Amino acid sequence: MKRNGTILLVDDEPNILLALEFLIQQKGFNVVKASDGSKGIQQARKHQPDIVILDVMMPGLDGFSVAKAIRNDENLTDTTIIFLTAKGTSQDRHQGYSSGGEIYLTKPFDNQELVDIISEVFEFG
Amino acid sequence: MSKVLIISITLIYLALLFGVAYYVDRKGGKQKSWTNSPFIYALSLAVYCTAWTFFGSVGRSASSGAGFLPIYLGPTILAPVWIIVLRKIVLICKKQRITSIADFISSRYGKSAFLGILAVIISVFGIIPYISIQLKAISSSLDLLMNTDPLLLNVHAHLPFYEDSAFYVTILLALFAILFGTRHLDPNERHAGLIAAVAFESIFKLLAFLAVGLFVVYGLFDGFSDLFAQAIEREDIAQLFTFEGGMDGTQWFWLTLVSMFAFLLLPRQFHVAVVENDNPDNIQTASWLVPLYLLLINLFVIPIAIAGNLLLQEQGIEPDTYVLTLPLLAGQEGLAFLAALGGFSAATSMVIVATVALSIMISNNLLLPLVINAELVDETKAELPGRLLGIRRVSIICVLLLSYSYFKFVGEGYSLVSIGLISFLAVAQFAPPVIAGLYWKKANRKGAIGGLIIGFLIWGFTLPFPTLIDAGLFSTDILEYGIGGIHGLKPQSLLGLDHLDQFSHAAFWSLSLNTLALIGISLYTKTNATEIQQADLFVNIYKYQEQQEDYSLIQRQASIDDIKMVLARFLGIKKARILLRKFESYRNLDLSRLETAPSELINFTETQLTGALGAASSKLILASIAKTDAISLEEMLTALEQTQEILQYSRALEKKGQELEKLTKELRSANQQLQELDQMKAEFISTVTHELRTPITSIKAFAKILAENPDLPNDRKNEFLNVLVSESERIARLINQVLDLEKIQATDQELSFEAIDFIQLLEHTATTFSQQVSEKGINYHFVSSIKEMTIMGNKDRLTQVLVNLWSNALKFADPQKGQIQLELQEVDETLELIFRNNGKAIPPEKQDTIFDKFTQVQDSNLGKPQGSGLGLYICRHILEQHHGSVNLTAHPEWATSFLIRLPAVKN
Repeated sequence: MKRNGTILLVDDEPNILLALEFLIQQKGFNVVKASDGSKGIQQARKHQPDIVILDVMMPGLDGFSVAKAIRNDENLTDTTIIFLTAKGTSQDRHQGYSSGGEIYLTKPFDNQELVDIISEVFEFG
Repeated sequence: MSKVLIISITLIYLALLFGVAYYVDRKGGKQKSWTNSPFIYALSLAVYCTAWTFFGSVGRSASSGAGFLPIYLGPTILAPVWIIVLRKIVLICKKQRITSIADFISSRYGKSAFLGILAVIISVFGIIPYISIQLKAISSSLDLLMNTDPLLLNVHAHLPFYEDSAFYVTILLALFAILFGTRHLDPNERHAGLIAAVAFESIFKLLAFLAVGLFVVYGLFDGFSDLFAQAIEREDIAQLFTFEGGMDGTQWFWLTLVSMFAFLLLPRQFHVAVVENDNPDNIQTASWLVPLYLLLINLFVIPIAIAGNLLLQEQGIEPDTYVLTLPLLAGQEGLAFLAALGGFSAATSMVIVATVALSIMISNNLLLPLVINAELVDETKAELPGRLLGIRRVSIICVLLLSYSYFKFVGEGYSLVSIGLISFLAVAQFAPPVIAGLYWKKANRKGAIGGLIIGFLIWGFTLPFPTLIDAGLFSTDILEYGIGGIHGLKPQSLLGLDHLDQFSHAAFWSLSLNTLALIGISLYTKTNATEIQQADLFVNIYKYQEQQEDYSLIQRQASIDDIKMVLARFLGIKKARILLRKFESYRNLDLSRLETAPSELINFTETQLTGALGAASSKLILASIAKTDAISLEEMLTALEQTQEILQYSRALEKKGQELEKLTKELRSANQQLQELDQMKAEFISTVTHELRTPITSIKAFAKILAENPDLPNDRKNEFLNVLVSESERIARLINQVLDLEKIQATDQELSFEAIDFIQLLEHTATTFSQQVSEKGINYHFVSSIKEMTIMGNKDRLTQVLVNLWSNALKFADPQKGQIQLELQEVDETLELIFRNNGKAIPPEKQDTIFDKFTQVQDSNLGKPQGSGLGLYICRHILEQHHGSVNLTAHPEWATSFLIRLPAVKN
């Protein structure tokens, strides 16, 4: 599995993007940001990130649709999708997994937990 | 035996009969108890046993064993039910003065004249041949005795009528019927003398038959065992007396059923059982006495038939004459003569009663309606009673002459039994309308007419018609191929039903289709007021039994003079006076003081006339003198009191039901509203919590970052701290908005109003959003046709409205080429602000509710709800507090276009 150490962040909340960027860069990964769903897909195709951290409720395409688009892209088969959303019901989780997400985290998240998960993804794929 | 002797003894017998009748008629007025006896009543019912029984049963038994039995089995089976059914019929007829079966049917079905005529026609067609075979029986037995040669039969058919003894007998019977059947015009049609004579004849014929039977069994043979022992040795005879005999089960069934009906519905039976009944309690005795009589008179039928077959069959003697020929053969001329007289009595009683009954029907239902109108108009004519009796007498003569002619020209070829059965089935057609008439209120006139016509036509087609074919009047092809070659129209196998014998076939089709038509038509046609009244009177006779007042749905008015005139004309002056006096004392009224007749008098008159003229005729007469009023509401209410209660009850129920239904509907709709509200609340809470989660997520993340990275550069530290501040403010704002909502909902809190420069307010708000506008690259325009605009209002609240609208516009404006436009104008002292943005339009299904609480524009393309769902609701609420409004307007170039109106203040 080829690794380029790139993580794509998709969220419409600039402050959340800022926080995630700081935490991830601190661990030495590359960060690419997108402020809505369609931009997120573009960036994913462009940068072929190892991990996509996806919000669900965004203007335009929602996170589930973005996940599906990524899953349907041949070039992005190795990308790990992590949902990071305020939507926390079991129904939402189910939708998240069935649309192609591997990991489902709810906001507000724990900084350390998120960083650990990212590290694990890179270690064990 | 010598001719002279025979004729003189016959005449003596007839004289005896006249004597009995005369004696009873004379005494009748003074001493009623004797003729009132239930035994006389039961014996008079035995007029059922005619020459058919006397001669025909033996004839039938000789060829079909027990085949004669169903005719007697039917009445026997039904006898216990007479107490209920016959009693009801009798009560109805007494109440309504009904005097014939035709009148009964006509009266039950709205006093329909047409039904009366129809019933008379059916009766005439059915009964004339029946009377004629009685004449045949009389004449052949007389001939037999005079010739003493059993082989010389039917010779009289070729004699001219003046040499035919039967003709003279016919004349004598007519005379008898006229004397005792039409002596006076009795509204009740009671003929005590006639009934006494009939009862006498019933005893006579029974004794005669028993005498012959005893002679045959004990004179010709050595008792029953000897007779049967000899019969068993003859295989052909033994064969007959296995139970199946000559008939199968269906034939038994139909014969029994039809006989049940015939016993009460044959005009003569109806006459003796109902019209001549003067005490309904007599029915109880009759219900066991009549079966007993039938048993006795049938006791020797089989023995005589066997004996005849054993001794006479080979000589080619007709089995119908065994009763006579067996004694003759043994040289017992006296006994043979007694037997002949027995048959004679059976025949004469039937002929007399049937003729009287038929003549009542013919004159009342057929002829009277035709003459009444003419009579009423012609004032010069004398009283009618005499003329009525004249009509009756002519009818009797006509009936008997018709019967005689039938016997002379047609009736020769047929046995007693077959013609009897044809008659039975004809009158059995009355059974459906009579039974339905007694127990089913919905049965109506059209149904009865339809049923009777169909039944009668099928009867005619399946039974008498083939006899006409046999007589050569029609082509025999019809029997083989049906009418016009249609196979379904074969008289002996209608619609291909060919496994029944002719009688069962005819009975099955005529009775079942008659019944079906009656039920079907009654269910699907309307019933008029008279029919409803009569139906109730018949079906619920016990309700009216005790009632003095005549119940009437139809209100009529007539003058007393007209009533007197009508009564006098049709019943005679004397009788009319007696009746009116009776009425006066009964009702405690003085009629001479009244001008218009009370309705009871009109009903009384109609009832009295019905007795004399029949229901249809008397209805016609009353119609000519009485004005019929449309029934008034009050009368209707009184008349239908009982029905009314039920109606009210059911109406109340219906109302309750409707109320319940309405309540359920309201509850359902309230429940739905609650559910919608609940749904909205749930969405609202989920929105609010989501909106809270987002800033908290940032705050938590940055607080941790700051805590874990104490050596961050200062600018980063400041940046992160600013985020903490702004996100905290965001939380505070959200909470405020929710609280605002609560505040607004608590409403009617006094708002302080002040003069506001609205243009300035607009510009100020626009400035606070200018940073966001430029960040998002939005194109903003403000267009105003006025320079100055002052309004009265609360500045904070109105600012909130504008802020909400701005937030809205910024959220929905196109993310790439966003446009927002504000346009201000004054129309009729009203400020109009149009707030527009491009981008995503509000979905049509949301447009109606966009200003409601908790409503958010939320669809999958938008991803998340844009706000709390409270902004526009708050706007509307505030504007309404300012006596203004906010609405969505359509504009082709703009996605969203809000129109805000506020009252303007002129400087």
